[in-house]
Amino acid sequence: MNPLTLLGGALFGAGVCISGMVRPSKVLGFLDFDGAWDATLLVVMASALAVTVVAWQVVARLRTPRFGTAFPPPPSPLVDARMLGGAAVFGIGWGLSGYCPGPALVALVAGVPATFVFVAAMLAGMFVVERGDRSNRPDA
Amino acid sequence: MHDFTPGHGVAGGVLIALGLAVILLGSGRIAGLSGIAAGLVSPFTGADRAWRASFLVGALAVGAIFEVVSPGTYDAVAPHRMWVVAVSGLLVGVGTRLSNGCTSGHGLCGIARLSKRSILATMTFFGIGVLTATLVGRLA
Repeated sequence: MNPLTLLGGALFGAGVCISGMVRPSKVLGFLDFDGAWDATLLVVMASALAVTVVAWQVVARLRTPRFGTAFPPPPSPLVDARMLGGAAVFGIGWGLSGYCPGPALVALVAGVPATFVFVAAMLAGMFVVERGDRSNRPDA
Repeated sequence: MHDFTPGHGVAGGVLIALGLAVILLGSGRIAGLSGIAAGLVSPFTGADRAWRASFLVGALAVGAIFEVVSPGTYDAVAPHRMWVVAVSGLLVGVGTRLSNGCTSGHGLCGIARLSKRSILATMTFFGIGVLTATLVGRLA
């Protein structure tokens, strides 16, 4: 176990628990614009972005990561049907249940059957695409 | 539905982003949670499996602590009927792999470095997510 990535995961896990993002009902309270609308998700995104913007500024001032060999290459400029279609398909799935990948994995610890069903189906979907791809592409 | 909880939102959002920043600045990797999840099932990501596993161990360990010390952190019931949850999981799995990212990779890491790809992906899955959840809410 790498202590650095363990720490990163621990911070992430604490964040999704404290913010309430591990509860699909709270996420749906934002995504469903009818009824008692809950803007918390926007606050989570905005405050997280404030930190990641600073993180990239620090990256720009460093030559290499503290414990790694290189920072990620510049983002791909490619905008194609696959990427936009995939984002749309993700949006439908997200809107149906209120689960997104990270919080769903953390929520497994609560032992609610629906979370296991969601994660199993998600991993199956990922496996199908990975198998079809034959090449590994980085995120974002 | 839930109350607006901006204080917890800010604290959680900052922690989520610090988790991603630790990975970025420490090891030079973008901690996209859909990529991390896909790494569990992909036959093509051997070298990355170790850091992804330790990230998940850290996140789930802290998640388990919340389950013990803070009852109510997680939803106790499924957000929808089980088949809807399963379909949702499948769509999230396929969609995030096709677009190479989810709420963390595109939404937090990508947008923070003004990746056009990530901005468009995030606008797409937020827009479709809101439409889907609002529509499903009206049908239910």
